[in-house]
Amino acid sequence: MKTIGVLALQGAVAEHLDKLEQIGTAGKKVRTINELQQIDGLIIPGGESTAIGKLLDDFALTEPLEKLIKDGLPVWGTCAGMILLAKRICGQEKTYLNAMDISVRRNAYGGQLDSFITTCQIPAIASGKLPLVFIRAPYIQDIGKTVKILAEVGENIVAARQDNMLVTSFHPELTHVDDFHKYFRQMCCQ
Amino acid sequence: MEERYQLNKNLAQMLKGGVIMDVTNVEQAKIAENAGAVAVMALERVPADIRREGGVARMSDPKMIREIKAAVSIPVMAKVRIGHFVEAQILEAIGIDYIDESEVLTPADDENHIDKSTFKIPFVCGARNLGEALRRIGEGASMIRTKGEAGTGDVIEAVRHMRTMTSDMRRVQTASQMELMHIAKEFGAPFDLIKYVHDNGKLPVVNFAAGGIATPADAALMMQLGVDGVFVGSGIFKSGNPAKRAKAIVEAVTYYDDAVKLAKISEDLGPAMVGINIEDIPAENHLANRGW
Repeated sequence: MKTIGVLALQGAVAEHLDKLEQIGTAGKKVRTINELQQIDGLIIPGGESTAIGKLLDDFALTEPLEKLIKDGLPVWGTCAGMILLAKRICGQEKTYLNAMDISVRRNAYGGQLDSFITTCQIPAIASGKLPLVFIRAPYIQDIGKTVKILAEVGENIVAARQDNMLVTSFHPELTHVDDFHKYFRQMCCQ
Repeated sequence: MEERYQLNKNLAQMLKGGVIMDVTNVEQAKIAENAGAVAVMALERVPADIRREGGVARMSDPKMIREIKAAVSIPVMAKVRIGHFVEAQILEAIGIDYIDESEVLTPADDENHIDKSTFKIPFVCGARNLGEALRRIGEGASMIRTKGEAGTGDVIEAVRHMRTMTSDMRRVQTASQMELMHIAKEFGAPFDLIKYVHDNGKLPVVNFAAGGIATPADAALMMQLGVDGVFVGSGIFKSGNPAKRAKAIVEAVTYYDDAVKLAKISEDLGPAMVGINIEDIPAENHLANRGW
């Protein structure tokens, strides 16, 4: 059976682990290089990208993870996780895992008063409408040629995939649906 | 408003496993962000100074809060006095991310807390036990922190409050359905929330530790006792090397159960804040006793 890791440096880790349990997949907290070797896919959860990024650097996890992703480890970044995976972050030089060919805008909608819930049809993921929860969320400003858009809300790209990498601006782990987690499990089995 | 409350609880979930730091100016806010804080609490005086200087402690100048908000990308919180709903209206108007209705400031109402359910903005409140936590959640708080005793650098009260909370929850969980109303009456807590704890074995919102955390070991202690994250007030900017200590406390919250890493993290941090033993503070000066 496949084991899906959840990067457990900071953020909404338990919520992803609960979802994985619900769909009958083994989940594992990942905080060390050793643990990175024991997984078939990795979820980078929501949280504060500055905090998670700093811990990745300080505990020498950035390089090994960057290499694993380059070698094909399936990864899914939600919210902060999307920022950590991006090759470009608007308004700042610093990037983290430099993996996905996207430009993201942090806190793109504003502060907490601008957080919102909406629904959207995402054919790649499920046939029905899905609830999308945006918390101080980023969105994707620009994409490279090989990146596939999965969802847009208004004018903005909020979910995308490039090969072994999936990113969502929103938090499926905070809703009652498990379609995204099943989709990612599928990615881990390919 | 139901949806808004959900979003506000969700933001607290994103802060889990993180450290929220008290800062009094833009420079400190940047140090906190660079050290890996998940949010900053903007206030004019840290609790240790409020305690020493005395006088009425109030909401900070909105200008200072706005400057801090402009300087960092992480969420910014600020404190209002217990029951002072106009201070809360003002903070909501400047678009802050979270309000702390805090016992560290001088209370404005000696019976009532703010009706937090009427605000769009999220609130965190302090609690010493389960009953107090559920009263605040009943009023609309979307995050709880154990009170501890702010500005002391003495962790004993934070431990006491968390242990009390845990033991209260165990009692509710193991009680029979028939006993829940009596417990609700005894705790002074809304029945539906007692029922929630009984059914789910946890609070319906995130719970952080606060009040007296001064070292990485203190932070890891609170995490091992079961909190979701920590607030550090005076502990950082009243220490010898704030940047280094801030970073160490962030790391200790992530690796809270890894003693080998904690040993390394705790090395060579310079002097911690001097602190005050809780026994040396007369009971009437305990900030934790504010809140009803």
